[in-house]
Amino acid sequence: MQGSLVGVQGNIQRRQFWSAVFAIAGLLVLLVAIIVLLALILQLAIQGVPRLSWAFLTSFPSSNAEQAGILSALVGTGLVMLVTAFAAIPVGIASGIYLEEYARKNWIASLIEINVTNLAGVPSIVYGLLAMGLFKYAFQLGESVLTAGLTLALLILPVVIVTTREALRSVPSGLREAAYALGASKWQMVWDHILPYASGSILTGIIIGLSRAIGETAPLITIGALTFISFLPPSPFKSDFPFLSFDWLRSPFTVMPIQMFNWVSRPEPEFQLNAAAAGVILVALTLLMNGLAIYLRYRFRKGVKW
Amino acid sequence: MAVKSVLSRVALASAIVTATTGVFASGAGSQQAIVKIDGSSTVFPVTEKVAEDFQKSPAAKGAKVTLGISGTGGGFRKFCNGETDISNASRPILEKEMKACAEKGIKYVEIPIAYDALTVVIHPQNNWAETMTVAQLKTIWEPAAQGKITRWNQVNPSWPNAPLALFGAGADSGTFDYFTEAIVGKAKQSRSDFTGSEDDNVLVQGVSRNRNALGFFGLAYYEANKGRLKAVKIVNPKTGQAVAPSNKTVIDGSYLPLSRPIFIYVKADSMKRPEVKAFAEFYIKNGAKAADAVKYVPLPASDYAKAMERFQKGQLGTAFGGKEEIGIKIADTWNRKLVD
Amino acid sequence: MFYRDVWVVCLTMVDQPLVISAKSSFYQKKRHRDLRQRLIETLLFLAALSSVLTTIAIMVLLVTESLPLFQKVSIVEFLTGREWAPLFDPPRYGILPLVCGTFVTSMVALCVAIPMGTIAAIYLSEFAAPKLREVAKPILEVLAGIPTVVYGYFALLFVTPVLQILYNPLGEKLSEWLPDLFPYELDGFNMLGPGIVMGIMITPTISSISEDAMRAVPVELREGSYATGATRFQTAWKVVFPAAISGIIASYILGISRAVGETMIVAVAAGLQPTLTLNPLRPAATITTYIVQVSLGDTPHGTIGYQTIFAAGLTLVLLTLFFNVIGYFLSRRFRETY
Repeated sequence: MQGSLVGVQGNIQRRQFWSAVFAIAGLLVLLVAIIVLLALILQLAIQGVPRLSWAFLTSFPSSNAEQAGILSALVGTGLVMLVTAFAAIPVGIASGIYLEEYARKNWIASLIEINVTNLAGVPSIVYGLLAMGLFKYAFQLGESVLTAGLTLALLILPVVIVTTREALRSVPSGLREAAYALGASKWQMVWDHILPYASGSILTGIIIGLSRAIGETAPLITIGALTFISFLPPSPFKSDFPFLSFDWLRSPFTVMPIQMFNWVSRPEPEFQLNAAAAGVILVALTLLMNGLAIYLRYRFRKGVKW
Repeated sequence: MAVKSVLSRVALASAIVTATTGVFASGAGSQQAIVKIDGSSTVFPVTEKVAEDFQKSPAAKGAKVTLGISGTGGGFRKFCNGETDISNASRPILEKEMKACAEKGIKYVEIPIAYDALTVVIHPQNNWAETMTVAQLKTIWEPAAQGKITRWNQVNPSWPNAPLALFGAGADSGTFDYFTEAIVGKAKQSRSDFTGSEDDNVLVQGVSRNRNALGFFGLAYYEANKGRLKAVKIVNPKTGQAVAPSNKTVIDGSYLPLSRPIFIYVKADSMKRPEVKAFAEFYIKNGAKAADAVKYVPLPASDYAKAMERFQKGQLGTAFGGKEEIGIKIADTWNRKLVD
Repeated sequence: MFYRDVWVVCLTMVDQPLVISAKSSFYQKKRHRDLRQRLIETLLFLAALSSVLTTIAIMVLLVTESLPLFQKVSIVEFLTGREWAPLFDPPRYGILPLVCGTFVTSMVALCVAIPMGTIAAIYLSEFAAPKLREVAKPILEVLAGIPTVVYGYFALLFVTPVLQILYNPLGEKLSEWLPDLFPYELDGFNMLGPGIVMGIMITPTISSISEDAMRAVPVELREGSYATGATRFQTAWKVVFPAAISGIIASYILGISRAVGETMIVAVAAGLQPTLTLNPLRPAATITTYIVQVSLGDTPHGTIGYQTIFAAGLTLVLLTLFFNVIGYFLSRRFRETY
């Protein structure tokens, strides 16, 4: 008996040791990730921050590097992301809910599941080529903010669907059964009981999806995003009835990554500074967008306890 | 639960916005006068400068210009589909594209606007290959050289026994087509084991960091990086003289065969619109200034005058018959018959 | 009023064998609720249809545009040829070099992303204090949002030089020993740099989604494990990780898909020359970089050269489909439900 007590203590110490080792490994990994992020941002910032100024943010592109600015690109990115979010989020979540809660679990459902994850791997430029034929020509939406938003929405739809499904899957079925026991209908069960618990994880998927969309270049060039445009889409607010206009959806545009890519390819070294400054702004935009979603997720999660 | 109410409000808002978007999205586009241009990324810098100056000038009367960079091929596709008013092109329109335009009834005026000098570059410390002949370049770049010609002294025994590091434009670019046609004799015939890139700045990086490197790209990229590169003097096959690329040598035609003209194509129907007409005329008038500003080689003044004449007379079609041509002086092409 | 009552009677008569009182509001409510349910279900179904329609549209596009190419080039040559040079003269149409390029860059990326992402996820979910978790997770997610163009130039201008500094002293000796495997010095363009950077970009995808999956495991399982005297690591690895395996594998699949479909990072930093090699120290082109290069280049549209991009895209989609099917069956085997 005593021998086995020593043995047990040794066993415990050994296991605690490995646990501590893993904790250090985990911390190291996080550190590496943070260091890389800092290196990236620092490298951009050192070149780009000196170039940042109000003029840079409010000027249009120009062949003179000192006068060039990102106004049209900034507005374009904002508008396109708005359309992408409004298109991808409802459709993605609705798809996920249907596929997880409503669809019968037969071979068709398996097919659709494989199909969705496959779509996540299609290169973004193929979405661009598809959107060109579909949105630009077939639906006659032209080379506009609407086309761009829909293209990017298609691109990130698989991510949103997969994360929604996983989020719904992770809710214990006890909750579902309890809801049914109270006489809830399927939709009531999903809307009132499941979704609130799953919303945090769903938001994660949305964050990751939108982050990807904001940095995309190739598919947007294919559907006709411009590289030089020195005017803004028409404002959504009008002075006479109905006070809201959607003309901006049909307007030509450009986006930040395209502007950056164009500047980075120019021979003059001053343009490299512009590109770095644009990169800093783009990262800041992503941070802002992520920040909003992360805050929402935090608020949702606070109210949830298993 | 707070979550539920936030979610339901967001859902309601999304639904309303989506519905109204659907209703209103079928509305008309911008009312502004816009000149739509797309095409080659090589010609882009010149057109951008012209567009910028045009928009500031009184000739524009508030018209705006938009520019895309879908590439020469993509630009022609849109052009022959009627979507753009002007197409930037780093090569003449090819047969297949001419057919596509003819099918849709698109007619155009071809306007050469500048020269791009393809510059062969080496590392500044490379003091052995400062002058090269076309034959030597061919030995290095032809398809038969793949895997075999890997050291400098294989091309010329007096050169050092050092590995050859090759950099050049990607196989899809007009630069590549032109270089291979001029040096190897047929477009797209080349060894494939070199480092290619879309971004000429990356090639600049590659050559400037490697003593044994050899690369080619547009003059503008050499001019902007003169401190870290050396331009090779090419022996003119006709005169036997070694010529360095510069504005002067391109214009007087002595830098052969690596100078190529770049063009804009203006849609005939669009020319009826005042803003397009004003822009094209502004372009021809200010082309020299713009080309100079972005380090391309301007045409001689006489060529611009001829271009203006061609434009104002509305002479449609191309002088190149749907094919690329090497070592051409634009001045020699004005009397050719234009083909549609 | 009268007509409504009659209508309700008719409905109930059709539905129920018993004759219920016509003014029964309970059955009215049930009717309305059922109708709403049907409507909602239909709407959700239409949304789900979108992904199916997208796939069909993509396949139709890729197949119809590559057919003319396959009339000129045999499929055997396409799949087994060892040189990809369709825009050269004479054109060579073997897709293996592009497939190898995609394979190697993705493998490098996954060798970085899967370990890093999984360790980070386990650490954040099981070990880290809640405050640290709330801070670290968003920071990781920012990594996913950096534009790929920025990553590409980071790989080219920062990571590759660092790798060169690390490799070149070793490279001289290694290249004497095994000259085919180890180049004399690391090329400015290679697959290792962009592969590593891609891995870092994908890490948040894997870590965030895995961590969500692990957090969702009911706390009773953990408590049971601790009650038997397991350490944190043992609980995490032997209890929570397997319980969350469905979500974790889903995150791996999304990560793999992202790696395979990534374009700009590799386009900028790996060189664009298709090379048939499994050696990450050499430059190469992937299927995606080839597609981008040609579709935005000067090749006239509608030519054979242009159509090769659709053939390449089709190959990629079919390859990923194959791996996704395997992944799906694997994940189904290991899934646990509560």
